[in-house]
Amino acid sequence: MSAAAAFAFGARTAVTSVLCYVLFGTFVGYGALCHDLGFSLPWALVSTALVWAGPAQVIVVSTLGSGLSPTEAAVAVGLSGIRLLPMVAALLPMIRTPQTRFHQLLLPAHFTAASMWVEGLRVAPGLPRERRVACCNGIGTTMMAVALMATIAGFEMAARLPALFAAVVLFLTPMSFLVSIARGARELLDKLALALGLLLTPVFLYFKVELGLLAAGLIAGTLAYVAQRVRSGR
Amino acid sequence: MNTAALQLGPYVALVLVGFLPNEIWRFLGIIVARRLDEGSELLVWVRAVATAVLAGVIAELVLTPPGPLVYIPMPARVGALAAGFVAFLLVGRSIFVGVLVGELTLAAGALLLS
Repeated sequence: MSAAAAFAFGARTAVTSVLCYVLFGTFVGYGALCHDLGFSLPWALVSTALVWAGPAQVIVVSTLGSGLSPTEAAVAVGLSGIRLLPMVAALLPMIRTPQTRFHQLLLPAHFTAASMWVEGLRVAPGLPRERRVACCNGIGTTMMAVALMATIAGFEMAARLPALFAAVVLFLTPMSFLVSIARGARELLDKLALALGLLLTPVFLYFKVELGLLAAGLIAGTLAYVAQRVRSGR
Repeated sequence: MNTAALQLGPYVALVLVGFLPNEIWRFLGIIVARRLDEGSELLVWVRAVATAVLAGVIAELVLTPPGPLVYIPMPARVGALAAGFVAFLLVGRSIFVGVLVGELTLAAGALLLS
């Protein structure tokens, strides 16, 4: 398999994934939101390419568009982005070879967002190791192209979209994250991490624990890891 | 946009407020990944934490959503997430069915409750 074939395989993986269509809907909503809050279309496109994380982008436009200071907005985005660290750290060891250079990992790391991560983790193990980076770049490039087209569509259609639409498309993100993680979860580890993360985070949010999302994730992930080890008798 | 952000210029604001605070975590992820071997116990733990944090993001987006989703009452949001998940489990673990049922439940809930 050539690098180009692996890239094309990644592109095919992306367009046959339900997550790609969910992404389209999400970014139609994002484009419309940018339009309604007074941002330009080029700005909306650059933000999708640079930030490449739905929840963070919604935070950026709704905070910059509201009264919140840029510093407060940056902190809110920074908190929402913490999840990317363990996601990148979990994906890269699976797709690199001992020969892979640092700069070759920058692109797959930048493409890492929930949709690409779920599909990358799913298909990469089935490919020759030296082609996995190209495959992930294929998934990421295709998903980003779809998101950019959707951003344009949403921006142009914004005035004609019903009020309920904006809310309904924003719900695509949590709904699709939940079912796609559940689908990818085969071992007890993943199922427990998902369930405990869902249950613990609201408790931490309710008590307004500082860095609650990260704290809940660390505790839930560790509990799931320990439970898996205990069950496998090690 | 508000005045503070406008003074920075929209693209400078985007890089400072949107790109850098988000991308730093991906960069740190590359650094951490360099010390992780595939098949190591540490990597298994990192994957569990990544999954749990992503699950936390789901809860956060539904309970305290940014943007217009907040105008839909909370019971409708939580109910729609549950309905979508149950449909996903019942209909052959289909992501499509789960998302579709969740969205329809949300729209119905929004129209009934508000």
